[in-house]
Amino acid sequence: MATNQYVPHAAGYVDNEGPKIVSSRFVHEDAFLLERSLATGGYEGLKKALTMAPIEVHDTVRDAVLLGRGGAGFPAGIKWGFCPPGKWPMYLVVNGDESEPGTYKDRLLMEMDPHQLIEGCLIACYALGLSQCFLYVRGEMALAQERIAHALNEAYEANLVGKNILGTDFSVDVVLHWGAGAYIVGEETALIESLEGERGMPRLKPPFFPAAIGLYGQPTIVNNVETLANLPWIIVNGADEYKKYGSETSPGTRLFAVSGHVKRPGVYEAEQGVTTFRDLIYGDNFCQGMKGDDELKMFIPGGASAPWFFPEQVDLPLEARPVGAAGSMLGSGAIVIMDESTDAVKACLRVVRFFARESCGKCTPCREGTTWEETLLRRIYDGHGRPGDLEMLLDIADNISPGPYPGAAWEAEGIEAIPFPPKQTTICPLGPSSVAPITSALRRFRHEFEAKIPQRTSIPVSAS
Amino acid sequence: MARFTPENLELAHEIISRYPRKKSAVIPMLHLAQEQDGYVTNDAMAHIAELAEVTAAEVIGTCTFYEMFKTHPVGKYVINVCTNISCQLNGGEELLEHLEESLEIRSGGTTSDGMFTIEDYECIAACTEAPCLQVNYRYFHRISNDEVDEVIADIRTGKLADTIPEHGVLQRVRQTIPAAKLAGVAPPEEVVDAPAWMVRNEPILAARAAAKAAEEAAAKAAEGNAD
Amino acid sequence: MTDTQPETETSVTIIVDGQEVAARPGELLIDACERAGTYIPRFCYHERMKPVGMCRMCLVEVDTGRGMGLQPSCMIPVAEGMTVDTQSELTKKAQDGVLEFLLINHPLDCPVCDKGGECPLQDQTMAYGPGESRFVEEKRHYEKPIPISDTVFLDRERCILCDRCTRFAKEVAGDPLIHFQGRGNQTEVNTFPDEPFSSYFSGNTVQICPVGALTAKPYRFKARPWDLEEVESTSVSDAVGSRITVQSSRNQVLRYMGVDSDPVNWGWLSDKERFSFEAFNSDDRLTEPLVRTDGDLSPVSWGAAIAAVGQNLAHAEASRIGFIGGSRLTNESQFAFTKLAKGILGTDNVDAQMGDGLPAELVLGLPRATIDQACTPGGTIILMGPDPKETLGALFLRLRHAAVEDGATIIEVTPHRTGLGDYAKHHLYPLPGDTALLAAALVADTPAVDTAGVSAAAITAARSAIAGDGPVTVVLGRASVAEGAAAIADAALALTAIPGVGFLSALHRSNVHGALDMGMSPGLLPGRNSLSAATSAWPNTPTTRGMSTAQMLQAAADGSIDTLVLLGADPISDFPDTDLAEKALSAVTVVAVDLFETASTAYAEIILPAAAPQEADGSFTNLEGRLTKISRKVTPPGTARADWTIAAELALAAGGDLGIENLDDIWTEIAAISTAHAGIDSASLAANQRDGVLITGSLNLPEASGVSPAVADAYSFRLAVSRRMYDNGTILAKSPSSAHLGTGTALHMHPLDFDSLGVTSGVSVTVSSATGSIDLPVEPSTDVPRGVVAVPANQSDVVVGTLIAAGDVATNVRVERGDA
Ligand SMILES: Cc1cc2nc3c(=O)[nH]c(=O)nc-3n(C[C@H](O)[C@H](O)[C@H](O)COP(=O)(O)O)c2cc1C
Ligand code: SF4
Ligand code: FES
Repeated sequence: MATNQYVPHAAGYVDNEGPKIVSSRFVHEDAFLLERSLATGGYEGLKKALTMAPIEVHDTVRDAVLLGRGGAGFPAGIKWGFCPPGKWPMYLVVNGDESEPGTYKDRLLMEMDPHQLIEGCLIACYALGLSQCFLYVRGEMALAQERIAHALNEAYEANLVGKNILGTDFSVDVVLHWGAGAYIVGEETALIESLEGERGMPRLKPPFFPAAIGLYGQPTIVNNVETLANLPWIIVNGADEYKKYGSETSPGTRLFAVSGHVKRPGVYEAEQGVTTFRDLIYGDNFCQGMKGDDELKMFIPGGASAPWFFPEQVDLPLEARPVGAAGSMLGSGAIVIMDESTDAVKACLRVVRFFARESCGKCTPCREGTTWEETLLRRIYDGHGRPGDLEMLLDIADNISPGPYPGAAWEAEGIEAIPFPPKQTTICPLGPSSVAPITSALRRFRHEFEAKIPQRTSIPVSAS
Repeated sequence: MARFTPENLELAHEIISRYPRKKSAVIPMLHLAQEQDGYVTNDAMAHIAELAEVTAAEVIGTCTFYEMFKTHPVGKYVINVCTNISCQLNGGEELLEHLEESLEIRSGGTTSDGMFTIEDYECIAACTEAPCLQVNYRYFHRISNDEVDEVIADIRTGKLADTIPEHGVLQRVRQTIPAAKLAGVAPPEEVVDAPAWMVRNEPILAARAAAKAAEEAAAKAAEGNAD
Repeated sequence: MTDTQPETETSVTIIVDGQEVAARPGELLIDACERAGTYIPRFCYHERMKPVGMCRMCLVEVDTGRGMGLQPSCMIPVAEGMTVDTQSELTKKAQDGVLEFLLINHPLDCPVCDKGGECPLQDQTMAYGPGESRFVEEKRHYEKPIPISDTVFLDRERCILCDRCTRFAKEVAGDPLIHFQGRGNQTEVNTFPDEPFSSYFSGNTVQICPVGALTAKPYRFKARPWDLEEVESTSVSDAVGSRITVQSSRNQVLRYMGVDSDPVNWGWLSDKERFSFEAFNSDDRLTEPLVRTDGDLSPVSWGAAIAAVGQNLAHAEASRIGFIGGSRLTNESQFAFTKLAKGILGTDNVDAQMGDGLPAELVLGLPRATIDQACTPGGTIILMGPDPKETLGALFLRLRHAAVEDGATIIEVTPHRTGLGDYAKHHLYPLPGDTALLAAALVADTPAVDTAGVSAAAITAARSAIAGDGPVTVVLGRASVAEGAAAIADAALALTAIPGVGFLSALHRSNVHGALDMGMSPGLLPGRNSLSAATSAWPNTPTTRGMSTAQMLQAAADGSIDTLVLLGADPISDFPDTDLAEKALSAVTVVAVDLFETASTAYAEIILPAAAPQEADGSFTNLEGRLTKISRKVTPPGTARADWTIAAELALAAGGDLGIENLDDIWTEIAAISTAHAGIDSASLAANQRDGVLITGSLNLPEASGVSPAVADAYSFRLAVSRRMYDNGTILAKSPSSAHLGTGTALHMHPLDFDSLGVTSGVSVTVSSATGSIDLPVEPSTDVPRGVVAVPANQSDVVVGTLIAAGDVATNVRVERGDA
């Protein structure tokens, strides 16, 4: 697999057994070209949607219970319904800023099958009467930007986007926009700020959600790339067909990126609700077990922001509700597997450093607190910890996210799970997310932290 | 140098024309500036401010928020080594160390010949392909120390010139919208009506309203009967 | 008499710490709690700016309908039944936590910080914060204070990133020249390299900075807050009458701070207002009376000086004495001088306006509007006067706010684009001299045609804005001294046809509206009474109308006036027709009452030193007609004294008696002759000191004069001469921080007119009118319409006044290449 050659398309996708809703074209190296797309059913969803009334398209999406794939898991059809009626224009902003550590799926969808995404955007615009669509692609994803630009050029040429699409009264422009490196811009209000040319700092909500007051102060739908990529299939096959996959509350499939200490890391399309973490980690159809057949120590079930899980939780299904009830979240479908060799302090420090570096700087507790957490952890990791540091670390974490913070549920240890998300002193959950690895690691592996703190019973007489 | 060249100025105008508000084009224009000069110069920011009709302070405010914009010269090739969790588990930090040693610079630094800059980077969305890095935002997946050295050598000899453009160049394919195909961009205050195709909802909404009214009437009648 | 809104709104009930409290609908929780007596700590929130919820200090536990949770009280509008716990353990912990976070990177250099002693961060650390720091790591470091403008320094280490200064710059001033840069922990406030925060309003950021990160040059290291004493007063820098506190230490004024007067300045000040105290502190102040002997001025005693002036006045024929100026004076001093001139000496030659104003009867006859009325949400503002950004800073901020936040429509009817241009919907630039024609077209009901250089379409569009639902207010004054008063007066009279229209007077000079109310204009007596109508109690009240400044100067030059008393007036620098002023002053006996020596005092025989506003009590009348208190904070330098006492002594020396021994004597007299001022005395002014007392009552409107402008020949341009905030005016010249901020003189011309002249930017041109000619560099400006050239007034040694003939309705000039 190793290569020192420039990879023409995203590696990582594993074509396993099972239903394919968003990754069906990934087997084709040239799926990003319009020709291949059209030859494999591309834009059929759009064509079908155009024969329906917009409201019927919206109804179909609502009926399909398409859960948002960006992290929060909010049903798209219901979010769409939050736009205040009669306020025009409305905009669609596609969240392709994928930066959550562990997350790798939107890039695949953008590089491998941009036409599917464009088709999804068009369906959403048609359903809601959206005037313009901005496709916000993460800045660092040069290939995704090129592929989308190319696909849009083809689609404009073929009259699939733009004025009077396919000869109908439906006209909408899809504009490729790209970021410049800032994780926080993935947060939907920060994304809107960034799209307005500002610093990507989140807006406080409530009072207003983007569906009411968004881009340029107008009603705006922000959806994740994967969410929208589901739309063509749903329109072609209908809501009932979609609901045949997955579970009742989490129908359909999702792309899960499983990374870390597994034999066959990769991006898998898997049914939600019916697949378990154990299936993903150990199943032949998925990662085929731990690397070197080592013991599982812990895993992150939904991106770096999610509190960690431990071997006790491997049998939970990949479904928002039970994962939430167990004290974490499915988030962005990023599963990071860590074996016994993993240093809990080091892993914790690395994730906390991420949040410290990515804080937008707006809220005092996040701006100052995450950096403080990082320096403290670094000191401990480097062997310069002091007695009392761990209590202080927990207290600082508590000041960013006060009250009991959810840890994973360790029934064995009698710790009760508290539902995610936590109480926060900040505008967005980034700051509080830094607390997840700290409480997860510190509660479970306190001994590892303590072992790094020099225990001095007496003051050394000489330094050398 | 540093203000937009005539060709880039034309591109900048084209970019601006796609947005309902000029300021939205600031980030794409900063990319364009970085593509032109390898980094974002003060003159470029001042030029962008003129084009977007904002102050230069606002432009630098936006510019410095984002990791990718360099306000000082960097290497022709910027190497972002991911050390975030998935890569850390699979040797990302060791890869970074190796690179630091072989290029004889610390992360954040630039080689004295101005060829390479190394950055200790956050997750680049290739977690399953750890360890990984980007050179000028082009990916190298599951890359070993030896392979990194090979890539460096290939870049020096120009072997990878076709696959990896110089720092600043992101899209070698740009979106172009032929004027005839453009649906139209208007400032939000000029759009007051629902888009044309939304009239298609009307018969359905009317039918639904009628059905609801009938239902209510029936319910009322039923209530009346019950009394 | 203050204009508070009637409380028509219903209120909502919220529960604050277990107590039911009435709140205004839509009000923010932080404000509702504060009005109910529960102060929630805050750093970023400022009641005159939009909340950002950035510092998180104001977190409280609130039930917004989804159970108790921490919310920033500065972002949450109250709702019926909302429950707040500002004292809960969670609230306390969150607030303590935020404070600790703010302090970890703060240098804690309070002993050397200007803000020490008045610092919200310091105070809240005492009140809410943890005792000692648990933070043992390295703090953030930045280069020590950096100048971000001529007057403001920024210390980034002290900055707590509350977004107040940056929000002010963008949201309030419209000058986003300071901005956040960097991200996360590396975020800092800064300017663009080599592009300073040159805003006329920069000083406000120093005042609202909750820590010592922003400091003002004139105050840095001058004093510690605990040494300061303060008194509330009124700014006399311009006619807005902003509320200020005057702060002093050891008998020296050290700074002015804006005070939030709801109907007036909302706490904001222009830098000119804020830093003007520097001039009053200047070493150049006159400290003793001076008399000219053998060509040189030398000090004399007050007794000798008063006697000399009194002699002169007593022996002169009343109609051969003139009083010019007086708008620097308090209302009380103005009254005293009016009584001296008109009641004792018997001359009506008194004029506080110096040829760049409007007829007093017009200003006092038009229906007046308040600033609040002008700024009514959804209203229409016709700017037919000077650029408020340049001349009436605090008013500019109010008008800008009305346009940007409250949907007011601004129509510019000015010779060229103004500082409000960016916020105006309609830009009508009539040819200078033809403003009355345009005004008539705006109110006509016949289809619009191109008028005064303005297109029919623009006129039609403006007409519909005027016909809109909201009230219409005209901001009225002289945009250019090169366009005669008659043109503007006629235009104003035409606009009275707009139903319900109100006029907000924008006359130049600080207390000029007080001067008019106190009768310092030919034909007037105090209390908005006209000479002819009033039955005066004064023995020698003249029966015929006296001369205006222009007429007095002409008369002086012609030999029909012997004595001119300059009351804080400098006609040489300040009268539009400089040549005439020079001729006049050289021909007569000049007596000057002033703070400084000026270009005009060089012609004086006797100079009497007066007290500055911060040195004497009194009152001020702003452009709305609002009376507020001016308070003495320090003693005058040397033997300088309050103007009214000078008037009283001069009266005695001239053989009369003003009958005034204190300020209340003056108010008793004013009340006796002015129904408008009934009920006003020192006590009522003190009682209403924040929002003042609004004076109403008006005169009959004069007739239109029906001027028609001189026809321009094909080669000529129309000249516009307008004022800038910073010029060579005496007060600015004596303020070290502002003295060098003038822009310099240049001729501004539309770039398309460049070609016809064959000039390029920066080239020197000769500008000539019927009266004179000057040489200037030419600069392109699209703000100036074609066919017009604009020059800023009083900027450098180039005397623009040479081009202007007093009384001409328009000034035509020729522009030629300097080398041609
Ligand atoms: C700190 C932060 C980062 C986020 N990053 C992303 C992201 O990279 N991509 C994404 O789609 N959503 C991201 N989200 C979630 C978005 O705010 C938003 O919920 C999502 O785009 C909505 O789309 P969906 O409803 O289709 O899931 C992030 C949220 C937070 C708080
Ligand atoms: S929590 Fe952090 S990232 Fe989120 S808005 Fe606040 S400062 Fe920015
Ligand atoms: S005062 Fe409310 S967040 Fe700062």
